[in-house]
Amino acid sequence: MDSYQWSLADLFSYMSRNSDLLWEHFLSHLYMVVSGVGLAIVLGIPLGVLCTRHEKLAKVILGITSILQVIPSLALLVLLMLVLGLGSKTVIVGLLFYSLNPIVRNTYIGLKQVDASYIEAGRGIGMSPFQLLVKVRFPLSLPYIISGLRIAAVIAIGVVTIAPLVGGEGLGREIYAGINNQNPLRIYAGAIPAALIAIVADLVLGYFQRKLNFADRKSSPSTS
Amino acid sequence: MIEFQQVNKKYDDGFQALTDINLTIKKGELTAFIGPSGCGKSTTMKHINRLISPTSGRIFIDGKDISEYHPVELRRNIGYVIQNVGLFPHMTIAKNIAIVPQMKNWDKAKIDARVTELLKLVNLDPDTYRDRYPSELSGGQQQRVGVARALAADPDIILMDEPFSALDPITREQLQEELVRLQEDVHKTIVFVTHDMDEAIKIADTIVLMKDGQIVQSGSPEAILRRPANDFVRSFIGQKRIHTNDKDTNAIENEDDSLSMTTVDEVMVTQPATTSPNRGLAEAIKIMEARKVDSLFVVDKNRTLLGIVSIYRVLNSYGDESLTVKDVMKPIGYQVEPGTPLPIAVEQMTNHRLTNLAVVDDNGRLVGLITRGSIVKHLNEVYPAMIERFAWSLGEEA
Ligand SMILES: Nc1ncnc2c1ncn2[C@@H]1O[C@H](COP(=O)(O)OP(=O)(O)O)[C@@H](O)[C@H]1O
Ligand SMILES: [Mg+2]
Repeated sequence: MDSYQWSLADLFSYMSRNSDLLWEHFLSHLYMVVSGVGLAIVLGIPLGVLCTRHEKLAKVILGITSILQVIPSLALLVLLMLVLGLGSKTVIVGLLFYSLNPIVRNTYIGLKQVDASYIEAGRGIGMSPFQLLVKVRFPLSLPYIISGLRIAAVIAIGVVTIAPLVGGEGLGREIYAGINNQNPLRIYAGAIPAALIAIVADLVLGYFQRKLNFADRKSSPSTS
Repeated sequence: MIEFQQVNKKYDDGFQALTDINLTIKKGELTAFIGPSGCGKSTTMKHINRLISPTSGRIFIDGKDISEYHPVELRRNIGYVIQNVGLFPHMTIAKNIAIVPQMKNWDKAKIDARVTELLKLVNLDPDTYRDRYPSELSGGQQQRVGVARALAADPDIILMDEPFSALDPITREQLQEELVRLQEDVHKTIVFVTHDMDEAIKIADTIVLMKDGQIVQSGSPEAILRRPANDFVRSFIGQKRIHTNDKDTNAIENEDDSLSMTTVDEVMVTQPATTSPNRGLAEAIKIMEARKVDSLFVVDKNRTLLGIVSIYRVLNSYGDESLTVKDVMKPIGYQVEPGTPLPIAVEQMTNHRLTNLAVVDDNGRLVGLITRGSIVKHLNEVYPAMIERFAWSLGEEA
């Protein structure tokens, strides 16, 4: 079988013949990533804010999230599967755990690096702690937060390909099917879109990371 | 009116930053807190808008204890300007100015109109600047916006913590003058922290001089200049002291002594404008222009004084390109030696209608120059202390 020859044209024709199925895999792939990272944002940003309030708590929270991140992905997913059963839910929670660390950490660092004089000015002119967070500290830490998001997204997109091992959907299905059938067309049909998602996500978030750097914002878009 | 009663502040680390501050800040006046770095000026000021709470003591605004206000509410009614980066970099100039009115829920049209009005007030063209971001403005412009922001919701009190200290001297002076003019219009109660005595004298109605967390002296600039409370104040206002000891002798006598003791050495300009004898006339004019003087002393390379050349003599002979300074100079009529008492020099100048008088040593070298300007400057430095002593001695006799 290793002498099996295939061309790009074969790949395209395979992909177009199975476009419905591949599209479905693609969407569920994306769905799991967006859900996992989305939950990580919803949970991680408040945790990051909490970390800036209590330094002791920060050590604990950041400790836990970084331990979560170093557990091998398969092991983590299997552990979660024991609790949550087979299916995409397990994958999403796994992705959440993986994404949490970069988001919490970068939110924490981002908020802490905001120049103290902006905070003093904000407090001095009568902003409440919440207004200060939303109007000053948060916008000024966005580049850091987005950079955390970018790391989280790229990790999640990588990890999500092993979803089928715990009963999840996604492009991983196609990849594992290809491996089992020794069919490179199917492997590529799964792997290439998965890689594209990672690249696009990285580029888009990288763009926002630069764009949202308010520190020296200019009124007219500049090329520099 | 803002009142501090027995205010003490000990920071969490145990540092006693303020000791027994009792102070009344008058309504509608500009009060400057001044003192060396770390003496507690900012700490005192931040008590007013409750950015810092006293360890003991009370602070009143218009008779009401400020601890009865909600801090956020209190701060919205007190303008606040800080040293350099107080403007939010992610908001346009208009947004920065509009923050407090927005928090106070003014309607949009009113806010827009107010922003325009304020930009005009601080001499920034509204159309040009309202949509710019702070990083696109110079330091001086940013600080103007800072002032506009503090004025936005028309607070009665404005706190300014070294607002101009990061600016270059020319811009600083300009903003000081603008602040004085602005204050004539708005008559706010302004508390202004500075470490620059010249700045304080220029803008303040009342100066509060601090040292090591305590108030050393407070009063009008005039009163402080005339009657510095102690050596610290004296050194801080940069006043030359004419006496060091002899406290028990008669003060009037001391005054006489001090006047007669003042010699030309203390008063003279040590770098008078000079030229070498071989310079051309055009060059001489250039030097006069550069030094902003109307005559030059002609000295050789040993600084031996040869003569003086005035602009009139130079211009009269200007047509002849072959002439040099030594051809048109005239000899020195009057001169004094170092160590000559000032009154004698002044008498000479008066009697002979001199605008200036060269100080020349035994070897004929030019060591300095007495000008009317240098005399005035000297008097300016010693006069307040003389007056103080004079007044004090009158008090003794009465
Ligand atoms: N939060 C703080 N904790 C401990 N010490 C402080 C704190 N803030 C200021 N200090 C100290 O209090 C003194 C007065 O500070 P400050 O009022 O800022 O002085 P300045 O007169 O220069 O404005 C300084 O010695 C400073 O180091
Ligand atoms: Mg200070």
